Amino acid sequence: MALLEIRDLSKVYQRDSQAIAVFEDIDLDIDTGEFLVLMGPSGSGKTTLLNLIAGLDEPSSGTITVGGLEVTAMSRRQLAAWRSNHVGFIFQLYNLLPVLTAYQNVELPLLLTHLSKKERREHVMTALEVVGLSDRADHFPRQLSGGQEQRVAIGRAIVSDPSLILADEPTGDLDAKSADEILTLMQRLNREFSKTILLVTHDQRAAERGEAIMHLDKGVLTR
Amino acid sequence: MKYAGLVWVNLTRNKRRTILTLLSVAAALFLFVSLRSVTTTLDDARQVGSESRMAVRNAISIVFPLPESYRSWLATVPGVRRVTWGNWFHGVYRDRRDFFPSFAVDVDSYFDVYPEMVVPEDQEQAFMRERTAALVGTGLIERFGWRLGQTINMTSLIYSPDRAWPFTIRAVYTPLPGWTDEAFYFHYDYLYEMVDWVQPGWYILELEDPSAAATVAATIDAHYENSRFGTRTETERAFQAGLVSMYGNVGLLINAVGIAVFFAILLVAANAMMMSARERASEVAVLKTLGFSDRLLFGLVLAEAAVITVSGGLLGVLLAKLLFETTGFQLMGLLPGFEVKLRTAALGILIAVVLGLISGLVPAWQAARLPVARTLRRVA
Repeated sequence: MALLEIRDLSKVYQRDSQAIAVFEDIDLDIDTGEFLVLMGPSGSGKTTLLNLIAGLDEPSSGTITVGGLEVTAMSRRQLAAWRSNHVGFIFQLYNLLPVLTAYQNVELPLLLTHLSKKERREHVMTALEVVGLSDRADHFPRQLSGGQEQRVAIGRAIVSDPSLILADEPTGDLDAKSADEILTLMQRLNREFSKTILLVTHDQRAAERGEAIMHLDKGVLTR
Repeated sequence: MKYAGLVWVNLTRNKRRTILTLLSVAAALFLFVSLRSVTTTLDDARQVGSESRMAVRNAISIVFPLPESYRSWLATVPGVRRVTWGNWFHGVYRDRRDFFPSFAVDVDSYFDVYPEMVVPEDQEQAFMRERTAALVGTGLIERFGWRLGQTINMTSLIYSPDRAWPFTIRAVYTPLPGWTDEAFYFHYDYLYEMVDWVQPGWYILELEDPSAAATVAATIDAHYENSRFGTRTETERAFQAGLVSMYGNVGLLINAVGIAVFFAILLVAANAMMMSARERASEVAVLKTLGFSDRLLFGLVLAEAAVITVSGGLLGVLLAKLLFETTGFQLMGLLPGFEVKLRTAALGILIAVVLGLISGLVPAWQAARLPVARTLRRVA
């Protein structure tokens, strides 16, 4: 059963009087519990597609449905609420808030819920244990290595137990060893915790960790 | 409350900027509250005076005198119980900056009309007996360390400024509430003896019935309408307001300065908030990705601005209140009864809140409307 359904999706940027199409009329289905890798050269629109799925950008046309909810029909306010409940986002540059500790960074999505402080603590510590950083809860990002920072970011992405995890080049800024650890962690999230993952990368070794690979090039999406 | 931590860490992210902004708001509010207190004190001064007393002054201006001959006729006006008179001496003791109000008055009649000054019997008699005697308020005794029997030399900015005027302090009055404790009184006869061209600066009438004030004023002013020295008769409060207006349009000036201060600090606070918000654009984009709504982010940025300005405002207002109350500040006697009133303090806090809301509005709006995808692309 498809968790994510994309139909006839187009994204066209307007630069002065010139219309630049990133992709046109693409379709994509991702099943629940699938680990799909999206590859393609720089500028092919991989990140744009991720942003559209997360409701961070608006498509020119087409529909995106996640778990039966049409993301493309939601208001900004509905999208914010939907993201906090259903989507975990992992960035290439981790994007942790430098003034918050690892614990506080992971706790951020839970501030939007009705959980008590004690419940939030339990969730955060569980997430930190999953990513193997429960002993670094009080460390600030500057006190962590790149790989550890990315693990904190993954903890933040999974703490609210989202159905869909979107990862944009999560190993792009890491050395080979750290990248391998991150990919192993993502595989574990997919296999042990049944998370549906869409991983964007142009690294073939990272792509091999997924269950299926798709290519986006010159506006065309192929398996 | 769960977002308070976020607001706090953002405020402490650049401590120096936050503290400097807070201090500049505190300084501005201190200034505002101080200036505002000057106007409220002047307003209060306009309210001083009894309803049963009227003042008769020269119709042209209070700086022009009235003939001594008016006294006997004024006493015959129906409704007038007593008449007395006085002159502005503009005395200086040691230094011009040590200002206090000084008057030459008709000692035989003046204090019957002004029961607001309580003088011990023996001191009053000593004061009445001696032509160069002075009656001073307790505030002046405290301020200059004078004592009974001490002779002091003063000069006058009006009467022979180069001449020294010796006075012997023979009596000290304790004011009733609302009356200044920093006034200096001496014999009109002494002034007349030294300056033979002097004439009364104004007459004070004590009325039998305050409700007759309008009739009494109309009678007197009509009587002298075609005289060389026309009169203007008014209630003591109006007269007091005229004296206060001799400071010039201080209220307008002070309000203008207050508004200028407000806008200057608004720009400072707004600039600091804009810088802070601009530096964190990528973090705001990340928070949006996590599900923080536009409204929530708007509120968080606005709260940051409000915390800075309200804290600064509280600090400035408290500082002004404590400083002026503990030092008994009266601007060298120019502003007896000077105080930071509660309503002035409340106005200061209100302005700090408004300042926070206005200065935080633009960065809060920018944070709420931040395009996530474009901002994240810029960072990557």
